[in-house]
Amino acid sequence: MSRGAARAVPLAPAVALLALFMLGPVVWSFYGSFTNTALTGPTAANPEWIGLGNYAGLLADPDFPKSLWLTVVFVFASAVVGQNVLGLALAGLLRSAVRPVRSIASTVVVAAWVLPEIVAAFAAYAFFHADGTLNAMLAGIGVTGPDWLYSTPMLAVVLANIWRGTAFSMMVYSAALAEVPPDLTEAAQLDGANGAQRLAWVTLPVIRRSISTNLMLTTLQTLSVFTLIYVMTGGGPGTDSSTLPILAYQEAFKFAQVGYGTAIATVMIVVGGVFSVIYIRALRPEVD
Amino acid sequence: MAATTTEAAAKRTGRAPGAAAPLTGPRPRATKVAANLVLLVITLCFLLPTAWVVFASLDAEATLSFGLPEAVTTANFSAIMTPELTWRPLWNAFVLSFGSGAITVVVAVLAAYPLSRYRMRFGRYFLYTVLFGTCLPITAVMVPVYSLFVQLNLLDSLPGTVFFMAATSLPMAIWMTKNFMDSVPVSLEEAAWTEGASAMQALRRVVLPLMRPGVAVVFIFVFVQAWGNFFVPFVLLLSPEKQPAAVSIFAFFGQYGSVAYGQLAAYSLLYAAPVLGLYVLVTRISGSAFALAGAVKG
Repeated sequence: MSRGAARAVPLAPAVALLALFMLGPVVWSFYGSFTNTALTGPTAANPEWIGLGNYAGLLADPDFPKSLWLTVVFVFASAVVGQNVLGLALAGLLRSAVRPVRSIASTVVVAAWVLPEIVAAFAAYAFFHADGTLNAMLAGIGVTGPDWLYSTPMLAVVLANIWRGTAFSMMVYSAALAEVPPDLTEAAQLDGANGAQRLAWVTLPVIRRSISTNLMLTTLQTLSVFTLIYVMTGGGPGTDSSTLPILAYQEAFKFAQVGYGTAIATVMIVVGGVFSVIYIRALRPEVD
Repeated sequence: MAATTTEAAAKRTGRAPGAAAPLTGPRPRATKVAANLVLLVITLCFLLPTAWVVFASLDAEATLSFGLPEAVTTANFSAIMTPELTWRPLWNAFVLSFGSGAITVVVAVLAAYPLSRYRMRFGRYFLYTVLFGTCLPITAVMVPVYSLFVQLNLLDSLPGTVFFMAATSLPMAIWMTKNFMDSVPVSLEEAAWTEGASAMQALRRVVLPLMRPGVAVVFIFVFVQAWGNFFVPFVLLLSPEKQPAAVSIFAFFGQYGSVAYGQLAAYSLLYAAPVLGLYVLVTRISGSAFALAGAVKG
């Protein structure tokens, strides 16, 4: 065995695990999406090759474009706008807050992020339920709140995901803001720039790397959110809050169309893969 | 928790915490009061859903709405503390989390060593692949994973699920471990090599003892992820006696959740407690709340 090969031996268990359980599902996903695998029945054991049948089905199925759109709305509203803007705002506010307020605020925001996802989902469910905390508060000021989970399910899951995930952005931006040289903002202040101008022309350009990193990471995390939506609305009413992970799950396990669900999963792998490549290329992290 | 970071940051930039920050306005005093008030309002909004879990668990007549319990009781906790309902699912969760944590740490340390110490031709590509793996929404593709597990005859198998969870957290773990290992100076191993130690002996006797906090952080990171994971065991484990707390708590919610909110909240709290404790532990080990979030920052 050559020296190079001998040195690579410790990599073998990692390569084996990743090949079987990461690459495996990805390859299987591409393969399975071309078959008519079902959950039970004759085609469960011996699926047939149906070529692009599942993908043709996706395009013909009104639920798929709807779900794709809901996914875009969910990712854009809760991650790209909600978590990022609120996370940056919180990071900025934390810097000018007094110590007790700062520790209470960061602890409370981080707590929502540290909770196991199923507990966070229950908490959000209780908050937005027709008899939940939000409507009790609205009743306190004389407003009869709607059944949020039923009449505005997307709004409820978007707000819940902002509540759940903002801590991550807040922490990333806290670190980024701490790296902004104070002389820069002070110089801008002397030149007569107001707060908004300093933010737009000094702070944001300096932390742009953190912004792009955080945008990509929150996008990818939000793309795979399942539990929060599944517990809160079950993707419903109907398919009104079925994002792609929910739709794939429902098609495969509720309607027993595993091949069809796999095609949806393949679309998600491709979307996630494209985002990952953009992220890695844009960031060009130091791998040496 | 996270406040320690901002304080450390304040020290680094040579400011007293609370001194004029880049985002404060022209009238520091008024702006600062406003900032504190806005922050408190946001905090209150963030607190309400979480606080419901805590208060409902102590409330004899808990509803879905947040409210101070009229009679504080521990009856909700004692009602759920039965082997089938709580202890076995928590034990299963522990087996899943500890198993995948242990496997991930061993495999990640082994893999990180050559990646950190040698310049290999394919090391670069391997790291890029690992980084790509950290980004892939693998839990979003549980449907193909399910059919793969059917083919491999691993469905409803605890070891199969443990290995799958270990594999999905492996990219992040390798990335973190390599970064921790890079900060251990090579000169110490060179001394071991000249005394005839093999690379693996050097790793075990010299490098590992020096990066114990790093290994602990990686282990806790994987453990916490596995403990909180609902979707993976929900799809891969079918028999109730094998399911971890995340799944059995969901079944409980479906069966009794619409009546026994107090018990649901108590169960949630009991199940969340280890994660909260481990999170505090990590912030102590690494000296900042960033260990888990910051590690992801390329």
